[in-house]
Amino acid sequence: MIDFLRDIKPVLASRCLICHGPSQQMNGLRLDRREDAMRGGYSGPVIRPGDSASSKLYALITKGIQAGDKRLVMPPSDPLASRETDLIRRWIDQGAAWPKEAEVHAKAPVRPLPWSFTPVRRPNMPALPGTGWVRNPIDAFIMAKLGSLHVDPSPEAAKTTLMRRVYLDLIGLPPTADQAATFLADQRADAYERLVDQLLQSPHYGEKWARQWLDLARYADSEGGIQDYVRPYAWRYRQWVIDALNQDMPFDQFTIEQMAGDLLPGSTPRQKIAAGFHRNTVTSREGGIDLEELRFAQLVDRTNTVGTTWLGLTIGCAQCHDHKYDPIRQSDYYRLLAFFQNALEVDIEAPLPGELGPYRRYIGEYRSQRRALLDQYDVAKLQPAWEDDMRYSGANPGKRTDLDAAYDRFCKQIDNGPKMLQKPSASRTQREQDTLSDYFVRNPGTAIGDKLKPMAEKLTALSAKYPPLSLIMSLAEDTRREPTFLRIRGNFKDTGIEVTPGAPEALRAPSANQLPDRLALARWLVSPENPLTARVAVNRMWQELFGRGLVSTSEDFGTQGEKPTHPELLDWLATEFVERGWSRKAICRLIVTSATYRQGSGLRPDLANRDPENALLARQSRLRLPAELIRDAALQASGLLLDTVGGESVRPPQPEGVTDLVYSFNWAESSGRSRYRRGIYVQTQRTALYPLLMNFDSPDRTVTCSRREVSNTPLQALNLMNDPVFTELAQALAARVLQEARGENDRIERAFRLCFSRSPGTTERDAALSYLERRRRMARANPKAVEQMPAADLEGVDQTEAVAWFGLSRALINADEFLTRE
Amino acid sequence: MDPSVLSRTLQRRDFLRRSAGGIGMIALSDLLAAEGRTPLDPRPPHFPSTARNVIFLYMEGAPSQLDLFDPKPELTRWHGKPLPPSQAKDLKLAFIKPTATILASPRTFGSYGQSGAVFSDYLGEAWAPIADEICLVRSMHTDAFNHQPADFLLMAGHMLPGRPTMGSWVLYGLGSESKDLPGFVVLSTGKSNMSQAAQWSSGFLPSNYQGVMFRRKGDPVLYLSNPQGMNHDEQRADFDFVAALNREHHTQTGDVEVASRIASYEMAFRMQMSAPEMLDLSKESAGIRAMYGLDREPTRAYGTNCLLARRLVERGVRFVMVTHSSWDQHSELNKKLKENCDITAGPVAALIQDLKQRGLLESTLVVWGGEFGRTPLGQFRRPEELDYAGRDHHPNGFTMWLAGGGIRPGVTIGKTGDLGLAITEDPVHVNDLQATILHCLGLDHTRLTYRHMGRNFRLTDVRGEIVRKMLA
Repeated sequence: MIDFLRDIKPVLASRCLICHGPSQQMNGLRLDRREDAMRGGYSGPVIRPGDSASSKLYALITKGIQAGDKRLVMPPSDPLASRETDLIRRWIDQGAAWPKEAEVHAKAPVRPLPWSFTPVRRPNMPALPGTGWVRNPIDAFIMAKLGSLHVDPSPEAAKTTLMRRVYLDLIGLPPTADQAATFLADQRADAYERLVDQLLQSPHYGEKWARQWLDLARYADSEGGIQDYVRPYAWRYRQWVIDALNQDMPFDQFTIEQMAGDLLPGSTPRQKIAAGFHRNTVTSREGGIDLEELRFAQLVDRTNTVGTTWLGLTIGCAQCHDHKYDPIRQSDYYRLLAFFQNALEVDIEAPLPGELGPYRRYIGEYRSQRRALLDQYDVAKLQPAWEDDMRYSGANPGKRTDLDAAYDRFCKQIDNGPKMLQKPSASRTQREQDTLSDYFVRNPGTAIGDKLKPMAEKLTALSAKYPPLSLIMSLAEDTRREPTFLRIRGNFKDTGIEVTPGAPEALRAPSANQLPDRLALARWLVSPENPLTARVAVNRMWQELFGRGLVSTSEDFGTQGEKPTHPELLDWLATEFVERGWSRKAICRLIVTSATYRQGSGLRPDLANRDPENALLARQSRLRLPAELIRDAALQASGLLLDTVGGESVRPPQPEGVTDLVYSFNWAESSGRSRYRRGIYVQTQRTALYPLLMNFDSPDRTVTCSRREVSNTPLQALNLMNDPVFTELAQALAARVLQEARGENDRIERAFRLCFSRSPGTTERDAALSYLERRRRMARANPKAVEQMPAADLEGVDQTEAVAWFGLSRALINADEFLTRE
Repeated sequence: MDPSVLSRTLQRRDFLRRSAGGIGMIALSDLLAAEGRTPLDPRPPHFPSTARNVIFLYMEGAPSQLDLFDPKPELTRWHGKPLPPSQAKDLKLAFIKPTATILASPRTFGSYGQSGAVFSDYLGEAWAPIADEICLVRSMHTDAFNHQPADFLLMAGHMLPGRPTMGSWVLYGLGSESKDLPGFVVLSTGKSNMSQAAQWSSGFLPSNYQGVMFRRKGDPVLYLSNPQGMNHDEQRADFDFVAALNREHHTQTGDVEVASRIASYEMAFRMQMSAPEMLDLSKESAGIRAMYGLDREPTRAYGTNCLLARRLVERGVRFVMVTHSSWDQHSELNKKLKENCDITAGPVAALIQDLKQRGLLESTLVVWGGEFGRTPLGQFRRPEELDYAGRDHHPNGFTMWLAGGGIRPGVTIGKTGDLGLAITEDPVHVNDLQATILHCLGLDHTRLTYRHMGRNFRLTDVRGEIVRKMLA
């Protein structure tokens, strides 16, 4: 008879528990406690008492199991002796007795939690010897560290620099000439604070700050995938973000509505739009893809995005295995994924202002004309046979090869298509019935051929004449509850144990961890119990205002990320954030009115060695503007900016052929003034990004992005020097300079003020003067070419003059200072 | 160099050496700019290399290995019959079901060169002269049976979007010898491009490393031309004035980033001169033009791209992708496969021969292939319509080849079973291919990493074994 204590425990303790014990439970298996051992690992039980042949544990230590492309025998690389495997076999066959008192005690250190998992505590204010420098508590924390290192902060930036900085940081636009003049003339002691308050109230604040959030939300106007179809209503989510920011919606509410707006009691259309956060996932309609696999990929994307956005953790690692560094187990990952398991993608009719009235008036007419068309082409007779074919192919794959491809295409093109087909036509909604008919008429199959083509054209024309109501993309919970299973090695086909929704167990005791749905998860995310959300959120605001977070890896607050440079300040800000009702504007105001923020950004030779990354914050940072703001700044300087807030995406001119690569899509240039709208509204076509976005480091929005790379490339130079969009702006800038000022010096002054919000220095003025002279000489020598130049048609201006000023304007827009927030 | 800048650089190097994450922990551009360099400056490889440049002849859409390289006489015997159930089990295909019937290949095959490389009649004549230069790999496999994920896997090492592509990794690792052309260039012909810019994206690497597509319409590189009416001198005057402003600003701020912007504007200006020069084929001899098929259809467009690839490599461009994306023969296999071979086979042979005669093949690694192969099972509209028949996607055994740059010439590696369904000898995963390509370039695929979202990423993700048999 095998005795557990004598025969088995020593084997487990010496050979198994390093990986399957108290400190680590690889693949979810823990062998030091009876209950855990009997429960098994991620793939299910491993011990079947009385039956070693079907016990996975025995298979694992003897012949091994197939894992991906490897054969795995445990323990890896140093198998058990046959005497030991034999003991285990006999022990299992004899009933796997494990006396209750016989816990195996392995001495394994329990890994400490990462710093960010510890509760947020309000730190005490550092005691400082009285200095005039400190303006608010932020400065006290910064100064405490600087003082301890005997480093002085930098002097405050010049008033013009500070003005341009705070304009760009808060609303993403440099000041207009009038705005600049007003501020520079304001001699009141609190002129700057007044400006900050005014900017925080600007509707452009939301446009500026939305950019960062849309990167996290991987917002795009197209689906991704091969066809990369446009999502014509995606912009309504962007609009929601801009509005929420402008209203300073408390961040807890902002979180709850996006995580689970559809589940709020009596949820409004706006809250449903907010839940469209989860609809920004890439989708693919490539023929031949496995829809189950696609769905799994989307759940994974949603899980990873929530992990990065709110928890600041790289939980994606745990899709395939326990996180190697952070206390996120694979089961935790699938517990989070489980919140999305039963979320259906729904598109809901939600008319835009002004849409419903006309719609009500013409809907009757539309329906009757549509009915007449359907009758004329006998659709009621033809469609049922086609539906039968589709259902047949769905139920009998491979039987009729002529139908398989058509059915596959139907499933990919029509979301929830198979479900609609299964419903008897009487119980379909009007929209479902229309969707099926529309699809049938356009794809009737080879048997019918081209007969319905004229009808398809008429249907298209009819919808153009009587446009349907606008939709919103949201989620809804399925009434059928599908269980969630862990996937072994992240492979969607390889199901492991069932998991229930819940927070990561390192953050929440298992006993209390019953979070029934997304709404509960959302509330937990912003509850005091979760130490991460507030820290992660304030850190991102800091990142936006200094170019680098207090935790520089704003996407990773785990063990592998960087530690905070000022941990106490981070916690102070996090508590302040919550105390001030999760108001982002309040935190923003606090930061930009600090002395720390207001420092000059000039490099400090004395700190070049000690602090090359500017982690100490003994100065501000120079930040190259993101792609969108480069466009905005040039639009603003030129005076062409159309600054209406919100609405659909726009397509500025781009060279022919950029979107030729995209299957489904033509870049129809926006007409009229809308092509002068801000960068945030430029259509994000995932597979063929607008060149400016691509060249200046915008992410392609396929996955969540917490901070952008900043590069410096020759393609950027070509873009700004030669793109007709920018030459047009340079021309407009030249025109207004010529119009708004007289005389060489005044004009140079004006151009510098419009671009850099400051006057030129002597060297710059001289360089500009001699440049203008050089360009005039060239123009005179080459009068024919001048006629073709972008600047030549400036009314009432000598062409030579126009060309010279166009060149100067173009150069200013390309200057490093123009592209930089100093 | 200003001593304070120098000491800062050295200090940073020290920091880099000490930091476990290595390069990428801090802005690389900053570090390089501090030394008056750009991120594209050439860097030494991890170990001595056998290849300096890569030309990837990407046959997007998946050419049929069963009709080009890997003859399977057994298919004729099985033609029209379904697979034996034992083989159909576990088979998952994109469009057809495992119950579909087998399609024999109507092609004839021959052995070419001293090495006896096997090509079908669609390629034999054109490729006989290069048969002894190439290493045929008939045992490639991948994980995805749909275009886009397979395309990402081949180009970026992973099935999901968002990762840097091979060319970007290589640029990141080695920089480029060319001072006035982009280091990673994409040339393209064909009908449909599956993943568009994602194929040459730098993913999460800085955009310095992104591929630049030379377009067929309009400016070959976006915004390469001066604004209308402006001549070279006027353009120079404007660049000069930008530089003057930036130099002044550099003095004011002391920031090396400004110096690095001055450098990238200079390179842009040079690119405006050198790209048109590179694209101007008028100085190529009539013999060369004829060799690449520039004087006739249907080779003109693809031949032009192959010749440009040579010219780019000559000018030190590190990685050139020459894509032809019309190989997705779900139907009309015979006709369309012939069309594609007629378009590409001659120019490809010309490229290899031309590189060789210029002594460039030794240092240029050429890769030919698609993202997966095609099934022995046919895809039919009606079984009797053989002209219409095609083949579905097949990830479990297909053919690619490599040549030059340290690759063993005149060998065939790997085997597939009688029906071509599975690999029976020397399987080579696309991640293995990537590891081997990097190896030829002197880069260790496990060390060429970039830190992003909390972990170190690499081209080969978590896999990749160097295929020693491919190496000379």
